[in-house]
Amino acid sequence: MKLVTAIIKPFRLDEVKDALRELGVNGLTVSEVQGYGRQRGHTEVYRGAEYEIDFVPKVRVEVLVDDADVTRITEKLLEAARTGKIGDGKVWVTPVESVIRVRTGESGSDAL
Amino acid sequence: MDIVLVKNIDTGDTAWVLVAAALVMFMTPGLALFYGGMVRTKNVLGMLMQNFFSLGLITVLWVAVGYSLAFGGTNGFIGNFDFAWLQDVAGTNGGKIAGFAPPGLGTLTIPPMVFMAYQMMFAVITPALITGAIADRMRFSAWVWLLGLWAILVYSPVAHWVFAPSGWLFKRGALDFAGGTVVHVNAGIAALAVVLVLGKRKGWPKHPMPPHSLPLTLIGTGILWFGWFGFNAGSALGANGVAAQAFVNTTVAAATGMLGWLILEKLRSGHATTLGAASGAVAGLVAITPCAGFVGGMAPILIGGIAGGICYLAVSMKFRFGYDDSLDVIGVHLVGGLIGSLLLGLFADASINAAVTKEGVFSGGGWSLFGEQMIAVGATMVYSFVVTCLICLALKAFMPGGIRVTEDDEETGLDLTQHSEVAYATDLV
Repeated sequence: MKLVTAIIKPFRLDEVKDALRELGVNGLTVSEVQGYGRQRGHTEVYRGAEYEIDFVPKVRVEVLVDDADVTRITEKLLEAARTGKIGDGKVWVTPVESVIRVRTGESGSDAL
Repeated sequence: MDIVLVKNIDTGDTAWVLVAAALVMFMTPGLALFYGGMVRTKNVLGMLMQNFFSLGLITVLWVAVGYSLAFGGTNGFIGNFDFAWLQDVAGTNGGKIAGFAPPGLGTLTIPPMVFMAYQMMFAVITPALITGAIADRMRFSAWVWLLGLWAILVYSPVAHWVFAPSGWLFKRGALDFAGGTVVHVNAGIAALAVVLVLGKRKGWPKHPMPPHSLPLTLIGTGILWFGWFGFNAGSALGANGVAAQAFVNTTVAAATGMLGWLILEKLRSGHATTLGAASGAVAGLVAITPCAGFVGGMAPILIGGIAGGICYLAVSMKFRFGYDDSLDVIGVHLVGGLIGSLLLGLFADASINAAVTKEGVFSGGGWSLFGEQMIAVGATMVYSFVVTCLICLALKAFMPGGIRVTEDDEETGLDLTQHSEVAYATDLV
């Protein structure tokens, strides 16, 4: 199994969620995060004083998938999150040793 | 003391000044929101409380001795205890409320009790203005002491000098319709004194401390603008033509203050901001305060616009000189108050208000009034700055915890460390 983690623009969340649902993904976790990449932060101005805001708001999507589905799901996810402008975010895949469903105790693919 | 005879009391005047007092009372929570929106989430309750608490403490001090020290007796520099605990402020005369008016105010057409209540609201909001400069770092207990001592040692004497007919600045002929000198210059220069003793916020100016909720600030600005009708038009102490003139001047100056600030801001930084609109409106309101019932015609357009533009430039002074006037009390209230008090020396017009005995330069009165205005703001600044410094230094020396929160507490925020509360309890964990 793999954990697919995506950092995306907050306003692409709906598209990403819908795309994953179409592929039969049963669950995902979303959190609001802040950070920067090559896009860097942005500038805010209050009473003439400029503030460099280093971190921009992003959404982190985490989804556990079967090894066989990884390519299909990441491709679809990338497509849904992409605007083509700087700051679109990143997606990475990490191996997962085990997954257990809390309610039933099922493990492995059955727990996805 | 002059007794106010019942036959002089006018019901219309009385009704208006009672309402105006309530409007001015509402400005203090408005100011709390104006400032509260500009601080970070961890300090918003601390800021609201420093303002709101003034309604608690100053009200009591005012009825005890504050009013009497401001308006009792015939000494030029300080009142006396004739009206302490409101003695003789109210009496019944033929079944109606009458009482003793401050010396020289025998022509009042409202019961002295109403005058006392109206002035009380000014005493409440004036020290509250200082809180904007000291955001995020003063211990609440130190603020309580500063607030009380400042009201007695600074506000009452300065109000006496300028507002009481026996005050030395009043007698010299200085004009201050609703508190440009007594309220704004006075609180603005005091704010400078406090921040010099208190020091900068940890991390200022390198670490960004942007406003956490400009919607709160905009709501606060709206409340201030609304309440300012009571502040300025109420200072006519009657429902009459002067009140009407002051009412219109107030809203026109707020409008041009907003426009002046936004035009400069757009030209210099590329955007017209909501905080700029709010700040400009307040700058215009501050500047028109001393002038409200003394000028007419197009004067308020100029006074508000000039204040909006100059205050926009003035708020960046703190970066050049390195004092942390956190929410720009000096840049807006001191500078705006000075602009209004001095421009009154140019625009004061006897055809608007017969109380103008020396007219301004543009009304043909020469520079005499301007000179008096300079003396009034100069004396107020020196006195208020020195006494406020002394109060702060004394508190710093004698309060066991000093006047500033610890570094850890400043990091955690005033809400939790000073009041054991949080403003926005939305976190699940």
